Amino acid sequence: MAETIKKATREAYGKALVELGGRYKDMMVLDADLSGSTKTGDFAKVYPERFFNAGIAEQNMMSIAAGIAATGKLVFASSFAMFAAGRAYEQVRNSIGYTHLNVKIGATHAGMSVGEDGATHQCNEDIALMRTIPGMTIINPADAVEAYKAVIAAAEYEGPVYLRLGRLAVPVINDDSYEFKMGKGVMLHDGDDVTVIATGLMVNEALMAYDMLKAEGISARIINMHTIKPIDKDIIIESAAKTGAIVTAEEHSIIGGLGGAVAEVICENYPVPVLRVGTEDTFGISGPAADVLKYFNLTAEQIVKKAKAAIKAKKN
Amino acid sequence: MEQAQKNMLLKTACKVRMGVIEGTTEAKSGHPGGSLSAADIITYLYFCEMNVDPKNPKKADRDRFVLSKGHCAPALYSVLALKGFFDFGEIKNLRKIGGMLQGHPDMNKIPGIDMSTGSLGQGISAAAGMALSAKASGDSYRVYTLLGDGEIEEGQVWEAAMFAAHKKLDNLIAFVDNNDLQIDGNIEDVNSPKPIDKKFEAFGWAVFEIDGHDFDQIEDAVKKAKQVKGKPSVIIAKTVKGKGVSFMENVADWHGKAAAGEQAEQAMAELKAVYEKL
Repeated sequence: MAETIKKATREAYGKALVELGGRYKDMMVLDADLSGSTKTGDFAKVYPERFFNAGIAEQNMMSIAAGIAATGKLVFASSFAMFAAGRAYEQVRNSIGYTHLNVKIGATHAGMSVGEDGATHQCNEDIALMRTIPGMTIINPADAVEAYKAVIAAAEYEGPVYLRLGRLAVPVINDDSYEFKMGKGVMLHDGDDVTVIATGLMVNEALMAYDMLKAEGISARIINMHTIKPIDKDIIIESAAKTGAIVTAEEHSIIGGLGGAVAEVICENYPVPVLRVGTEDTFGISGPAADVLKYFNLTAEQIVKKAKAAIKAKKN
Repeated sequence: MEQAQKNMLLKTACKVRMGVIEGTTEAKSGHPGGSLSAADIITYLYFCEMNVDPKNPKKADRDRFVLSKGHCAPALYSVLALKGFFDFGEIKNLRKIGGMLQGHPDMNKIPGIDMSTGSLGQGISAAAGMALSAKASGDSYRVYTLLGDGEIEEGQVWEAAMFAAHKKLDNLIAFVDNNDLQIDGNIEDVNSPKPIDKKFEAFGWAVFEIDGHDFDQIEDAVKKAKQVKGKPSVIIAKTVKGKGVSFMENVADWHGKAAAGEQAEQAMAELKAVYEKL
């Protein structure tokens, strides 16, 4: 097997912004003093006249972005997920969500994989927050290839989009021919016994779990749910009908994130057991990202464990 | 200012005030106090200053107005209606199910509204974003925004103030409707934002101070602000909350309460008497 290439989704974000800057001549990019980390700095280098630093003032930045969009331009605004979705929640809700303006929020350093910076910077709540805003699209790419294509797709779509990106270099699982379709879950493996619906860096863990389950004679269906809102109801219901049990996997709180969204669809449409892998109701801790992920059971092993439990929980 | 023009403005602003009373009374809610204090400024901007076309409310080169103190929507709605963006009869449906005139301005429902506002502090940022966008693409339109003096207690206002000065947004002109009252009382008792002039000055803005009910002074300040290069301007307009309705003037209680019954009749009668004398 070829050596695994690892790349952070934020790296792909920076590259996609440069590509888009050439395509959309009046597109503007904003950052809040984190352009080196969010990778909007890539855009700033090529298009300095269209990049603006709002400084450490995320709330203002989000409303500034709304004002730019109100003049008919495409605009990206970036910060860490904690501040983009958390600190500036109400600005995103009222200035961007209520107006349904064409603002793309590039939120990097999402989830536990921030690592060493610890709990104040590990945002495990952003999906939940953004999901409650009517009309907000939420995309959580699994790897750099998907992230790049998702950013392009977000630009081509008219309306607010929250792009959830990571700090950590994660395995590239898609090849360049991969086609990104907003709002459509991707079936990576079909199976009969249980469905694992994963998002973000947990998609790779789900793929590893697939092999581990297979070795034990369990046939798992693996879905990459890159778009969390609007969620692909069809593939969820179809998976419930086919496999009768579901496990969700996300680097986010099990409250209100992918697990919550899938459970809502399942409860109302096709009740089967749904078990959630994600951050339990807890804050994070400092440590190397890989260790932190393990500490909070954001692993293939945990997916396997929950998959077996979900199968057990099936009626009959 | 020529007497004929001033007379037109006085009459229009008086009609705007009638719209404020009519709308809030019909709605049995809303914010008459600040709407009445801001009426003259908004009237001046739309009838004398801004390049807008009621027949083409989205035209690209229009001047923009962002009502950062969004709760004073009844004044803006009345101005927009009188300017011809929509029928004045809509005022009767303010805050009602099925009506387009929401409690706070909605850019997607109401012709002529450039930005949805209502959550204080966000409008000035959006206005700065529009001004920045104009600068980035070399467009010549201006952006006006109106803040409340209570509103500037919001931290975001000062984030925006810092941003607009740093980005040299001389195409942005902000008004502060300085009526000295907010919902809980006098701004100096609640959490004083004073001195307002020195704060904006320190943030790098050109500062003008006027009587916000004197059209000559409003015109003069806007003319001067338009000449300022390299920095945004703020016009701190001293106003009277509830201006034009005797029992509402300088009474904080009329911030967010509509007149009803005899009081509503008295308010309309007072405004009509003023109008007929003009």
